Amino acid sequence: MSEIDIETARKVAHLARIAVPEDNLPALAQDLSRILTFMEELSEVDVEGVEPMTSVTPMRLKRRKDGVTDGNIQTKILSNAPDAREGFFAVPKVVE
Amino acid sequence: MSDLNKLTIAEARDLLRAGDVTSVALTEACLEAIDGAGKLNAFVHHTPDLALERAKAADDRLKSGDAPAMCGIPVGIKDLFCTQGVDSQAASRILEGFRPEYESTVSAQLRDAGAVMLGKLNMDEFAMGSSNETSVYGNVVNPWKVDARDLTPGGSSGGSAAAVAADLCLAATGTDTGGSIRQPAAFTGTVGIKPTYGRCSRWGIVAFASSLDQAGPMTKTVRDAAIMLEAMCGHDPKDSTSADLTVPDFEAMLTGDIRGQKIGIPREYRMEGMPAEIEKLWAQGAEMLRDAGAEIVDISLPHTKYALPTYYVIAPAEASSNLARYDGVRYGHRAKLAQGDGITQMYEKTRAEGFGAEVQRRVMIGAYVLSAGFYDAYYNRARKVRTLIKRDFEAAFATGIDAILTPATPSAAFGLGEMAEADPVQMYLNDVFTVTVNLAGLPGISVPAGLDAQGLPLGLQLIGRPWEEGALLKTAHVLEAAAGFVSKPEKWW
Repeated sequence: MSEIDIETARKVAHLARIAVPEDNLPALAQDLSRILTFMEELSEVDVEGVEPMTSVTPMRLKRRKDGVTDGNIQTKILSNAPDAREGFFAVPKVVE
Repeated sequence: MSDLNKLTIAEARDLLRAGDVTSVALTEACLEAIDGAGKLNAFVHHTPDLALERAKAADDRLKSGDAPAMCGIPVGIKDLFCTQGVDSQAASRILEGFRPEYESTVSAQLRDAGAVMLGKLNMDEFAMGSSNETSVYGNVVNPWKVDARDLTPGGSSGGSAAAVAADLCLAATGTDTGGSIRQPAAFTGTVGIKPTYGRCSRWGIVAFASSLDQAGPMTKTVRDAAIMLEAMCGHDPKDSTSADLTVPDFEAMLTGDIRGQKIGIPREYRMEGMPAEIEKLWAQGAEMLRDAGAEIVDISLPHTKYALPTYYVIAPAEASSNLARYDGVRYGHRAKLAQGDGITQMYEKTRAEGFGAEVQRRVMIGAYVLSAGFYDAYYNRARKVRTLIKRDFEAAFATGIDAILTPATPSAAFGLGEMAEADPVQMYLNDVFTVTVNLAGLPGISVPAGLDAQGLPLGLQLIGRPWEEGALLKTAHVLEAAAGFVSKPEKWW
């Protein structure tokens, strides 16, 4: 049985960029442990020499010409932004 | 004419073409039904003005004689589809207020064929759920009711299923990553088909798990599924996984003749603890197909029991990548920040506020199984098992099996809230008969086949060979006719 401890739960939450209040970490750890235990059934399957699936239908992906297909739609691209200024997406300061 | 909203697509199409009814009249009937069905909570964004505008245009097109089958047909669109200028938020708080500047390929094809969008339909948040209880809009209620309880319509396409079952629209779009079309169809006595992976373009549909997601129609009859599926399918240069294959006339393939077809009954689908009613229905379904001239063959799909754990590694892994884009920068919700908060706090607070509990859980599981040190143990192993699951089907088809018959769900619709205390894995078991089909990329259809002792609908699933939706629909059509399912929920809402 796989045990996710509180420290791992905190790490996973940070990896996923989701703020989880300290009080909720034990419950989260328990939930994640249950799900992982369920997944561990897979360890009993003999997968020796089996290729991992990359594409469910055996077809070659189409290629297209490497060219510009649209553009000049800045207003459209910014129209749903929570904060857009002077033609840019605005975010809190990234570099001091 | 009254009750126009109760028509099937095929009936409405014939009346429209004969000039006996107008699309405006059909649309008005549906809009009225929607207005009276607030308790079901199926439609969450209403677009009556747009609908009437499109209905008028459809009527003009019908008069000119140039009208495809879907022209003038009022439909509902699942909230997962981006629709230009109309709220599209995947039932998530994180996409609150998002109005796309573009239209998904599938909804654009329906629009261009003249179909009339009535509004957007409720669903589980980001299509993650099997009961429509994870939506930011609140639960959808199943129009089927047998006692005081409100029942789930299933999920994730619960709004689509409820709307079609309650005759709020003639048909609706759904999407299916692990059973999200077929399970709600079974819970509501409607028909739902998930086509072969690559049949429908995924462009403009909010992505959950890209290697599993497919769109499909949810309808009142198999014939309607054939008509609407044809309008939704086709190659799209904007989705490199969409297949460049001609789309056949599916409706013309409903010949009713399945003599000599070999139908497989997979022994591994006989689950321990399966209700006797489901087992009986399954046997009856096989009998019906045999009576119609098909040969029933016992088959084995040995890796079936590993399908759910495989799915619950792969789907969250892909979801954690796909949902990384919701960061409060380009669209949707951004959390209010405290003094001194930097960009990491913005991401973390935004995603904590914007994602519901189930979505957070899956994104974190996905991040975990993809993280250094666990990638091989979980994600890569799951991808290998997926190969084995697909091989099981290939081996069955190689012996001449044309289609596989299974139950659609392990139970009838359950009560809303009944699973609240269960652990997440209990809810995942709903998908036990349907996930295999997504993992193998195959077409699958759920057909209403009977009522249980309480009077709730039960469905049977047929699984077809890749790209052979036409043959699958033909078999489903025979099963539908033999089962003779005509029950409708009594109106209480």
